[in-house]
Amino acid sequence: MRSEEGAGHRPPGLIARSDGFRLRGRWTLEHMGELEQYMGSLSWSAAGPLTLDASELEALDTSGALVLNRLRSQLEGKGLEVRLKGLGPDRRTIYELVRDHVHAVEAAPRARRLSVLARLGRWAWSHVAEAYALICFVGESAVALLRSAVRPARIRWRALLSTVETAGVDAVPIIGMLSFLMGVVIAYQGGLQLERYGANIFIVELVSLTMIRELAPLLTAIIVAGRTGSAFTAEIGTMKITEEVDALRTLGIDPMELLVLPKALGLLVALPLLSVFADVMGLLGGMVMAQFMLGVGFGEFVDRLPDAISLTSFILGVGKAPVFAAIIALVGCYRGFRAGGSADDVGRQTTASVVQAIFLVIVFDALFSVLFGGMGI
Amino acid sequence: MAGSEAPIIRIRDLETRFGDQVVHRGLNLDVWRREALGVVGGSGSGKTTLLRAMIMLLRPFGGSVQLFGQDIAAMPPSEAYYLRQRLGVTFQRGALFSALTVAENVAMPLHEHSGLGRRLIGELARLKIALVGLASDAAAKYPPELSGGMLKRAAVARALALDPELLFLDEPTAGLDPVSANALDELIVRLKQALGLTVVLVTHDLDSLARVTDRIAFLGAGGVLGTGSLDELAAQGDPTMDAYFNGPRGRAARSV
Repeated sequence: MRSEEGAGHRPPGLIARSDGFRLRGRWTLEHMGELEQYMGSLSWSAAGPLTLDASELEALDTSGALVLNRLRSQLEGKGLEVRLKGLGPDRRTIYELVRDHVHAVEAAPRARRLSVLARLGRWAWSHVAEAYALICFVGESAVALLRSAVRPARIRWRALLSTVETAGVDAVPIIGMLSFLMGVVIAYQGGLQLERYGANIFIVELVSLTMIRELAPLLTAIIVAGRTGSAFTAEIGTMKITEEVDALRTLGIDPMELLVLPKALGLLVALPLLSVFADVMGLLGGMVMAQFMLGVGFGEFVDRLPDAISLTSFILGVGKAPVFAAIIALVGCYRGFRAGGSADDVGRQTTASVVQAIFLVIVFDALFSVLFGGMGI
Repeated sequence: MAGSEAPIIRIRDLETRFGDQVVHRGLNLDVWRREALGVVGGSGSGKTTLLRAMIMLLRPFGGSVQLFGQDIAAMPPSEAYYLRQRLGVTFQRGALFSALTVAENVAMPLHEHSGLGRRLIGELARLKIALVGLASDAAAKYPPELSGGMLKRAAVARALALDPELLFLDEPTAGLDPVSANALDELIVRLKQALGLTVVLVTHDLDSLARVTDRIAFLGAGGVLGTGSLDELAAQGDPTMDAYFNGPRGRAARSV
């Protein structure tokens, strides 16, 4: 047994003698490194029976017993007859316990590495399966939505409103600040060019079009994907690995109805409102910059606004928000349900949720641009 | 118990509290080398809190806890670091790292503390897994893929990784079926004898107490109400202990 480091502690070793080896010192975990090196340089050339004398051994634990077992089978592998003597009853118990289990220490054969082609196939297939599962999930959500539409009493208003609060109201400061700064940046960069041509007044067109039609909805969606989509995934993922989702099912409560719908509907309400708020703050940022840099006053700016941007542009901008909201909520919830098993899987799924949501938001934004361009609006 | 030898754990006047709520006051307890001590008591009597104080997860509010003759409150962090390596702990729910396989879980303390080569560490980890009676294919599995009984065994294997002298088990048989619970009890007895361990067992399982422990400490009213064997405690006549040991479950366990 291991015990306190005694004053007489000696490093573990093997002393060669005429009839075998004498074991000495402490054959314990903290000294096994030294002993293992020692064992590498071990040689025994004589034939005939050989004795391992353990009477001077100071301590033995399971690691020492393992090395002793290994030594013995190494010597026996050379066709020698090995005798072990001098182990006290306690150490013999440990030695025998380890000997009885030593067959298990051989490493299991490693799984064969797959060929490049096979790995490529698996990788591609996993993405196909993933896309299929996401589409299934969207379908399930749609069915749950239809069921709730038939029986509106089943909608969880409290959860829905709480989503509106955490995803919407709580995000107001950060979204306000970032879109204000975005308006400032656009007005500054655009203003530098416009000033050169003396076309200062066109700053109104520049800021309002970029912010209202493109940037405000996109910026809002990206922030919300990072803030709220990740929270959806983490919440559902944790509930999944603690079996709370299964508990809901056994209680006859549809997790889609309790967990997904209120989040999706709540975000459908919150994101367009946030987008409008981002529009306003972005314009405000542009106005401040226009005033200081280009000498376009607030009144002038607001006067020109109805000419600069049509109602259609505003509606197209804000109209994208519900689509983005659906993407963020569905991807977030879907990723949560995909979490399985371990705590770090929740982390992985949360990362994937944010990346996938932002990716899809930008892809859809591009699709809208092409679509509206084709329709000539 | 060993008369002249100093106890391996010595607790004197321990006081622990959470905020205003006092858990222990004036608790005294000795654990002797190579014994298996059961810690029992009603719900909320501070069994797990006592365990956490012994394994240096909870700083006592007052009193002293000595492990291997050293006071853990006065101990510099560097010494505490070495002392922790002499303790093996299994937690109520296993607390295996779910991102690692069973073999990696067991190998982790060895990688951290032993400085051995990868090959020997792998062998030692698989040896420990075999010692606790897990099949070799369990080594490559992740904790969520294991059954409750296998999980507890894997937790014991990790606790034994560094060949500790002291093994703390928190509710090892809770939530197990009788067959797995019996097998785990036997495993603990066998390992304790073979490896010369000192075992502190916190449990509600009266069968485990009867089978595994040499001595039982009954907690209550902020301290230790009594220590002794199951029969001795049952015969003391204290109403709390009486209800605990002389109920139908207690009688059944003692008649084994």
